[in-house]
Amino acid sequence: MALSKKSKEAFLGPLNVNNPVLVQILGICSALAVTVQLKPALVMGISVTLIVAMSNVVVSLIRKSIPTRIRIIIQLVVVAALVTIVSEVLKAFAYDVAMQLSVYLGLIITNCILMGRLEAYAMSNNAFDSLLDGLGNGFGYAWILVVVAFVRELLGSGKLLGYPVIPQWCYDHGYENCGMMLMPAMALILVGCIIWAHRAINDEKK
Amino acid sequence: MKMNTESNVYTIVYAVVMVIIVAVLLAVVNQGLKARQEANVRLDMQKQMLVALNQDLKNCDNPAALYDALVQDTLQMNADEKNADIIRFTVDGQTKYILRLHGQGLWGGIGGYLALNEDKNTIYGINFNHESETPGLGALIVEEDFRNQFKEKKIRKDGNIVSVAVMKQGKVCEAGADYQVDAVSGATITSTGVSDMLVSNLQEYSTFLMDSRVCPQEKASCNQQAACSQCGCDNCQNGCQDCCKDGCAQCCQNGCQDCACCNNGEKCCKDNNACCQNTEACCKNTDTCSEKKCETKQMED
Repeated sequence: MALSKKSKEAFLGPLNVNNPVLVQILGICSALAVTVQLKPALVMGISVTLIVAMSNVVVSLIRKSIPTRIRIIIQLVVVAALVTIVSEVLKAFAYDVAMQLSVYLGLIITNCILMGRLEAYAMSNNAFDSLLDGLGNGFGYAWILVVVAFVRELLGSGKLLGYPVIPQWCYDHGYENCGMMLMPAMALILVGCIIWAHRAINDEKK
Repeated sequence: MKMNTESNVYTIVYAVVMVIIVAVLLAVVNQGLKARQEANVRLDMQKQMLVALNQDLKNCDNPAALYDALVQDTLQMNADEKNADIIRFTVDGQTKYILRLHGQGLWGGIGGYLALNEDKNTIYGINFNHESETPGLGALIVEEDFRNQFKEKKIRKDGNIVSVAVMKQGKVCEAGADYQVDAVSGATITSTGVSDMLVSNLQEYSTFLMDSRVCPQEKASCNQQAACSQCGCDNCQNGCQDCCKDGCAQCCQNGCQDCACCNNGEKCCKDNNACCQNTEACCKNTDTCSEKKCETKQMED
């Protein structure tokens, strides 16, 4: 099945050129909060991807019936319902991760990426394109989280996904974990570095 | 017919229908997953208590089974006690009590479980949890390095609850080295929070903690609930006042499992509510042993 150019653009655009975190600078708050370790970052990325994609589809399907005056409220209700379901499911099947994500899971509702995509894309495009757009934006958000969390967990606690990767030999010879990496400020600085690199590369293309 | 999606009636009906659908959906999800979620919460609590009891959870495949193997019973606290019940465990044949703690850290709540030895004075182990303390600083209270300091520390001195103070490195508290641990450097407020939490929570448990003093020889001073607990009677409801007054035999008849007030090491025999020097012997040979010992005891009285 060949995808139309528009569909391709809907999925691939947010991964790089139009990345929600790097270019639109959305969803920074949760990016700082849940990236101390890789595991919560992965779960958060997957959760956001699922919720953006699903809410995009739902809103796109009912977009013609939504009264314009209360459209934002309807979008919020859809997102809030999905977030609540995801958080309940996590509490039942991945309790420790749900505890680590704590309030940030609930705060997905206020993640600007969601409202932004619903209002800008799902309200005026068909369900399939909206699904791709949601997945694209979700993954675009998720890969930044994973990269930041990878660096922070590796340098901050010498582990990846909870498993020690830096050999004891290094510690014996004076290597120390960088406590700074555990602070939220370093996530901001890392995101800043990624944005810097991203802009530099994309500018050259133009 | 095309509906006018901008009319007031349509907007209101749409909103109502939408909300009802979502509410039903959420209710169904919530009810469907409730059992699993509660099991998770319970398991998490049990794991935290096991950590407080110095159990190695990393090499434990089934924490719930380990918990069930160690847990003995729950001691009912007085109605006016704010804290939850105290849970009694048996670890390596010794009785341990677990007290629940809750307090305030820097950014949010902190809590924990304190495991005490049978003397209700020496700390066997402790576990902390926190909502949102700073990683690398306040959050270090959950690490073993900090928690292990508490082992073998004391909480009572000269009949008072002094608790364990979390002090800045180098400082010494007046109660002595047995009553202090080193704070986490750079996390003063979290450390103070832990210190305050211990003091305030132990005060709430004071009835339980102070009752473990050596049972007085004079039966006259034995009265009310306190006396009952001093005698090792945890489940005396009404017969407490009589618990010590009439000696150990009476104590046993009132349903006390372990009469420490007998002073000569006698225990209650569960079969016939009599006292005996040796519980095993007593229960194996109920007729002779228990009769003899209880008579002796009553004659002394």
